Amino acid sequence: MAAKTLTIDGKQITAEEGETILQAATEAGIKIPTLCHLEGVYDIGACRLCLVEVTGTPKLLPACTLKVAEGMEVSTDTERLRKYRRMTLELLFAERNHVCAVCVANGHCELQTLAYSQGLDHVRYEYTFPKWSVDNTHRLFGMDHNRCILCTRCVRSCWHIEGAGTKNVSGRGGKSRIITDLNQPWGDSESCTECGKCVMSCPTGALFKKGSTVGESVRDRDKLEFIVNAREKKQWNA
Amino acid sequence: MERLKIATVWLGGCAGCHMSFLDLDEFLVDIADKIQVVYSPIADVKEYPEGVDVCLIEGAVCNEDNLELIHKIRARTKVLVSFGDCAVTANVPAMRNQFGLGNAESVLQRAYIDNAQYNPVIPKADGIVPKLLERVLPVHETVKVELYLPGCPPPADRIKALLGQVLAGQTPKLEGTQLKFG
Repeated sequence: MAAKTLTIDGKQITAEEGETILQAATEAGIKIPTLCHLEGVYDIGACRLCLVEVTGTPKLLPACTLKVAEGMEVSTDTERLRKYRRMTLELLFAERNHVCAVCVANGHCELQTLAYSQGLDHVRYEYTFPKWSVDNTHRLFGMDHNRCILCTRCVRSCWHIEGAGTKNVSGRGGKSRIITDLNQPWGDSESCTECGKCVMSCPTGALFKKGSTVGESVRDRDKLEFIVNAREKKQWNA
Repeated sequence: MERLKIATVWLGGCAGCHMSFLDLDEFLVDIADKIQVVYSPIADVKEYPEGVDVCLIEGAVCNEDNLELIHKIRARTKVLVSFGDCAVTANVPAMRNQFGLGNAESVLQRAYIDNAQYNPVIPKADGIVPKLLERVLPVHETVKVELYLPGCPPPADRIKALLGQVLAGQTPKLEGTQLKFG
């Protein structure tokens, strides 16, 4: 494969053709904030946290889906990007009911962690306080739509790691929601294999193991990476 | 040097932030000659005074009393600090907002009638029991706030960091995990 030479934050790097800016940056030790990205499943550029600036392009582009190109000049940490990242996070908090103090994911939540690492000390937008339900019909797991940020990690791991295709998205815009099968209660799902990969993928407290209380939802992402590595690279050692 | 006039106030919250404030332990002794607590739920002062330098506000704005007091505080204070998640995000008290308009009536109905074992009645006393607002609000949605001190409650070292910076005459800036909600 052809190598491409480019600069990220002024650093000269080489990357393989077909790699994304996020992959190239990670290999070069440059950290770009991400939220919908999950190792092991394909990227969709949904959350806009990994937006970067590319010289010569007025638009901001998501690093997770942007492919490297020869001579590309990329900035990952400018004033403009920090402003938009913070704005995106604030909008996520305002859109649903994220009550960290009483959330299963408190202390293990990627939204919470990103918020403080991006310097978010309050939300400038009016909170919408929408009314969302909790699906507790499944034997082992629950889904709290109040905490969902629609990253669709659960949908992607359900379809592409487990191959069950139980999780889907219905609706448009802020009214979109994660559904099970044909919008049925999770407990009635015939396709769900009860593997729990959706729960392992979830960055917030939206998907949880039943019986977990505040701060108890620790994700086991290693299991997902192990399965993907085993399948794609034939590496069976954890 | 004149001592810094500090007030702390307790709106719609659980008093956990004030507990955390007391958790400052000997730091309170260290700063005792640098500050003067002019108003606080732990000091017997009836009226919020004029000319306060810094006010730590615990709790969300939930009822008409909270709203009246917060405007009085704004008019009489230089620096307002949203102290804890209820002040910063409206947090748990605002969970009733999810029930939409009329949520105030439905939570009162639930608490005082449906779940009452004895004497089910919604407390009403004009001028004594303040009316609930239609929507619980974070402090900055009602008045301008200068500083934010998140956490449920903010741990004592976080309060100490902020107060330390204020007393050193700096513009306080908290970073990283010092800003963690929850």
